[in-house]
Amino acid sequence: MVFVVPYLLIFLVFVIYPVGYGLWLARHPDSYVRLFADPIFPRTMINTVIFVVVSVNLKMIVALLLSGYFLNTRWWVKILAAVFILPWAVPSIPTILSMRFMLNPEWGIINTLIFRVTGMDGPNWLNDPTLALSFSMLAHIWKSLPFWTLILLAGRMAIPAEQYEAASVDGATTWQKFKFITWPSMRSLYLTSTILSMIWTLGDFNSVYLLTGGGPADLTHVLATLGIRYLRLDQVDLSLASVVVALPLVLPLLYFMMKRLSK
Amino acid sequence: MKRITLKSVTTEAKLLLIGIPVLLWTIIPIYHMVLFAISPRDQATSGRLWPKNPTLDNFAFVFRQKHFYLEHFWTQLGNSLVIALSVGILTLAISTMAAFAISRLKVRGGRTVMNLALFTYCIPAAFLAVPMYKTMGNYGLLNSQWALILAMVTIASPYCIWVLKQASDKLPYELDEAARMDGATALQLFRLVYLPLMVPSLVAVGTYALLLAWNEYLYAFLLLSNDASLTLAVALGNFLSADDSPWELLMTTGLIYAMPPAAIYYTFKRYMVSGLTAGAVKS
Repeated sequence: MVFVVPYLLIFLVFVIYPVGYGLWLARHPDSYVRLFADPIFPRTMINTVIFVVVSVNLKMIVALLLSGYFLNTRWWVKILAAVFILPWAVPSIPTILSMRFMLNPEWGIINTLIFRVTGMDGPNWLNDPTLALSFSMLAHIWKSLPFWTLILLAGRMAIPAEQYEAASVDGATTWQKFKFITWPSMRSLYLTSTILSMIWTLGDFNSVYLLTGGGPADLTHVLATLGIRYLRLDQVDLSLASVVVALPLVLPLLYFMMKRLSK
Repeated sequence: MKRITLKSVTTEAKLLLIGIPVLLWTIIPIYHMVLFAISPRDQATSGRLWPKNPTLDNFAFVFRQKHFYLEHFWTQLGNSLVIALSVGILTLAISTMAAFAISRLKVRGGRTVMNLALFTYCIPAAFLAVPMYKTMGNYGLLNSQWALILAMVTIASPYCIWVLKQASDKLPYELDEAARMDGATALQLFRLVYLPLMVPSLVAVGTYALLLAWNEYLYAFLLLSNDASLTLAVALGNFLSADDSPWELLMTTGLIYAMPPAAIYYTFKRYMVSGLTAGAVKS
């Protein structure tokens, strides 16, 4: 029993207490009235849903396809696989800042190249809310795609090769092999990964904050950055209310994950 | 010798057709960072894909802390290192003990502890950040590096416990029984039987916690504020507060900051990938 005490202490002091204290601080109905009255809030909710639904599905589909690609044992595909992990292996601050500089309207390399080729000024990428949010999603996908590709690759490698060989003998096409062998054995892993990725994507602060800072005009906030914005404005009650509002989104996912993982 | 046929050329071409975009997508933001780091100040934004006179001057600038933003470079690098190591060691100790108790000693309530840990693992870290910030304030730990260390241990350990539990469930129970027959106590069992057998998973988990702490931005910037106690991650973020920040120095510092985790990752790649994906594939 002594062996679990350190973790239980950590859990009580740094999980239970903060969660309880946070809920207690967020108890005033007034905080929610003011939160819903803030014009930034509905926009943030829409952004959050778009951010999660689009980037998670896009990322998982590409990861599923690429995991099949990386099964290939050619030497240069192996090298490519090692390079492909880089976004996940390096911290996100410098790489996202690097993307931010690339997109700078005056000095960024993208607009400099556009000017050189076309003689015209490129768009002010991060000054348009739709473009800015899209680039945040791309930054998020760039960072997390390698991880999910690895997970799905491990799933694919667990499928016995004999199944594919037998299918080849029977003259199955690539699509049939995917439909009748790969997908049935990957479906559960794919679903679990999607749900877990949704939870983590909801909590992705860096991709939005470091690229757009929530701007222009606070139009690209997601729930993860909105809470911090309120905190910096010294509106702790609004900040915690925005987290509580996210619970109906998070709890079902959390429940699903718990059931899967604790099996 | 393999015969070069039309079919093999087409297959190769098809593979390249996917491989080249994947390579570009992966490498461009990182290459852009390197490009800045080796460009002289006045050429950094010239739009060239390779600088006319590549230079390492920027690194010398950073190492000699010759800019307002870099005044505390070495201190901040040290802070990042101390914090990452502390988190790695503490997480490793706490989660190994917990996993041992749950998986090998089968303590009562072990399942509950595992579920509590999994619950924490599934909370998005950004949502816990504000309550954690208020809590650290209550404990009087704000601006102390302990706040960041403890917060990161809290975030890192659930996953570590889970991975370690999965790995230790696979060890044969006859080992424990044999050791018990010889009169080994739980502590001896832990030290002499369990730890040596778990080394690969311990490496994976320790590295995971260390990298998580080194890379953390949000918690670090909330919990630390004094310039001399910041980690390098926060210092990099602070470059953004000014419009005239020296990009080439920021990118150079960023590159220096990104290299240790990349090096560690590639060194322990074998452990990391198998350790981190083992649990996922089972579910």
